[in-house]
Amino acid sequence: MSNAPIDIGRRKFLTTTTAVVGGIGMAATAVPFLKSWSPSAKAKAAGAPVEVDISKIELGQLIRVEWRGKPVWLVRRSDETVKSLQDTDDRLRDPSSEEAQQPSYATNATRSIKPQFLIAVGICTHLGCSPTYLPDSFSEQVEGVPSGFFCPCHGSKFDMAGRVYENVPAPLNLVIPPHYYVNDNTVMIGVEKGETS
Amino acid sequence: MSGFLDWVEERIPLMKTYNKHVGQYPAPKNFNFWYYFGSLAMLVLVNQLLTGFWLTMNYVPTAEGAFASIEYIMRDVEYGWLLRYMHSSGASAFFIVVYLHMTRALLYGSYKKPRELLWIFGVIIFLVLMAEAFMGYLLPWGQMSYWGAQVIISLFGAIPIIGDDLTLWIRGDYVVSGVTLTRFFALHVAVLPLVICLLVFLHIVALHEVGSNNPDGVDIKQNKDENGWPVDAIRFHPYYTVKDLVGVAGFLFLFCYVIFFAPEGGGYFLEKPNFEAANPLKTPEHIAPVWYFTAFYAMLRAVPDKLGGVIVMFGAILILFFLPWIDRCQVKSIRYRHWYHKLNLAQFGVSFVILSILGALPATSLTTIMSQLFTLLYFAFFMALWWYSPIEKTKPVPERVIYK
Amino acid sequence: MNKFTFLLWLLLPWNVLAASVAAPFQVELDLNDHASLERGLKVFMENCSGCHGMQYQRYNRVAEDLGITPEDMENKYVFTDVKIGEHMNSAMPQTDSAIWFGAPPPDLTMVARVRGNDWIYSYLKSFYVDPLRPLGVNNRLLHNVAMPHVLQRFQGKPLPVRDDKGHVIGTEAIGGELTDEEYDQMIKDLTGFLAYSAEPIQTTRKRIGVWVLFYVAILFVLAVFLKREYWKDVQ
Repeated sequence: MSNAPIDIGRRKFLTTTTAVVGGIGMAATAVPFLKSWSPSAKAKAAGAPVEVDISKIELGQLIRVEWRGKPVWLVRRSDETVKSLQDTDDRLRDPSSEEAQQPSYATNATRSIKPQFLIAVGICTHLGCSPTYLPDSFSEQVEGVPSGFFCPCHGSKFDMAGRVYENVPAPLNLVIPPHYYVNDNTVMIGVEKGETS
Repeated sequence: MSGFLDWVEERIPLMKTYNKHVGQYPAPKNFNFWYYFGSLAMLVLVNQLLTGFWLTMNYVPTAEGAFASIEYIMRDVEYGWLLRYMHSSGASAFFIVVYLHMTRALLYGSYKKPRELLWIFGVIIFLVLMAEAFMGYLLPWGQMSYWGAQVIISLFGAIPIIGDDLTLWIRGDYVVSGVTLTRFFALHVAVLPLVICLLVFLHIVALHEVGSNNPDGVDIKQNKDENGWPVDAIRFHPYYTVKDLVGVAGFLFLFCYVIFFAPEGGGYFLEKPNFEAANPLKTPEHIAPVWYFTAFYAMLRAVPDKLGGVIVMFGAILILFFLPWIDRCQVKSIRYRHWYHKLNLAQFGVSFVILSILGALPATSLTTIMSQLFTLLYFAFFMALWWYSPIEKTKPVPERVIYK
Repeated sequence: MNKFTFLLWLLLPWNVLAASVAAPFQVELDLNDHASLERGLKVFMENCSGCHGMQYQRYNRVAEDLGITPEDMENKYVFTDVKIGEHMNSAMPQTDSAIWFGAPPPDLTMVARVRGNDWIYSYLKSFYVDPLRPLGVNNRLLHNVAMPHVLQRFQGKPLPVRDDKGHVIGTEAIGGELTDEEYDQMIKDLTGFLAYSAEPIQTTRKRIGVWVLFYVAILFVLAVFLKREYWKDVQ
């Protein structure tokens, strides 16, 4: 070994600088590994917005479409149904949609853009089953209310605006997906107006 | 912090092991350029493992889905293209590094006593690596993947009596098919990587038991100071950690150049026919193995008889196992050996390179004659070595290593 | 030769060894010329996509890479009612085309990586009139090819030019909608689009590569300084 004096300062500087630069390199190398877990173009294509023709939906009828692997319901509500929504506010957990389960334009009494259409993700906010639409026999579940959604898995109940009742396992209202009306007969589900994905 | 380390140390000898094998490990101070390739081989192994595992997250190991899943990785998965190129370039880099690593052993006699077992583990790793690469190459299910596998597996049919049953057993089907693909996938991703990691561990244990050789072939353990430290040794850390970092950076420059600017490697790292999906009804014009196998392929084709070719080809690899006993010269390093040994070593290297080129070319009468010549020269290396090594006139080997 | 020179030597374009049959024409492509690639896309969609699919390429990927808005992509280049995120599959059923042509028209997503850019460019310039063939044309690069000369109305009728042994060594096109230079440009655009589609990420990877090499060079220099500093200890 050499007997010459060691320049500790220089060693520390070079070691630290190399370690930092090397560390940056290792962090950068980690990026492709981590990013490769993001949704791929295939997943994004499958999750693309869905255009739905609503002109043929009859009064009280529910149609189902798939968006991002999830069922989305479109229901044409009668004027009576819409008017009677507020009557059951006191039996609901979150009647004014304070929890962030819907876009800003659906944070209203009917939880929708057009009052006559309910557009909601048909997945119970308890543990993920798909509730059953009961257009006529819902009063068996909730007295005096003719239509609503009843989840057979654990008994959660939702009203015709997708709002969850009190004293049921589900904690939150049904999710309203981003959507906009292309025209009176067509709604685009999955994006806000002006976005593409 | 030191309290925590003490607690761990009482239960598992982390610091003791670190000191013995890294911190206070005596390494000869005269390592040169040829000594970079061991640590580089480990770096490439880690690269193959990491990128390989990540690729399995999106790869589909079926005949119907494999080819499309590679394009899915290349196009749809974010940075999938980079993981793919790191893996394909890494495979070629692995063989370049390993061949250079083996060259060092030949130059400095690192296979001689007491390092015979170290060398044997190395040759086993080389064999397993070839199997690993061969199986990996089937996975993209391109034209070259399919037809290359078809040709090489059918070689086993040349073995008398058991040949046909053996090939049927390897393939799991009457031709190379999805059945073959799935089992090669399991072997390539799970079994052989484990085997390689185990062998590399044993390889390093064997190395550390006897200590490294060096370019002068001097036994540094013969000369120790009053503390028992070999006078020609330096601690592995920080001296060789810091030096190996230079090797790593230099290697990474070349490696990244390939990945980002020439991933196809001129058609040798990613072969053009492999961008076409496997078609059992359409044989490509020219079937050749990947470049790192072509020397052995040239030897196979040089022998007119199929079984003879198989024996010569495997023999060329198996003879490596016996090198420590074929070379009976007491002097380790080329620096102190006779000029005809230098010539013999040089011709061995040149023959291997020329055989590699010949194996990549379509077979003609000229390439066949040349392959026969250079196959003979390849084996002549061992035969000549056996003959002259016990009577070789060597130069005096110094007591101490030459440094600076 | 010192080790540095040896390493530099490794960087030579070894791909020249790989070329088996030299293509008669060479083409210089610039895959950053998005206008050219878009023209190539147009040629492909209007003339090739009827028979040839690009099953690994997505419309929206092409739009994004070439700087085409999704609306323009859908209006100008997507002819069926597939969604823009879908693959560019051919509408021609494979079983029928196999019967009509003898072999189904191959998928072209990666033809540029299999054959090379020069080959494709040359192929498109190498059709010649051959009355003995069922479709009236043959091709210098693919003898007795089953493909018709789809771009004939642009190039014109390619009369074969033969040497004294009767081999076709070139063509002379007459009566095409485009001049020779314009046709060459069209073919160049199309070849560029195929080259891009074979590996859409290639321009990005080279761009990233410059930064990576720059970083590794810095790391190398630092490592050398660090090594030399510590090795001052060693006599």
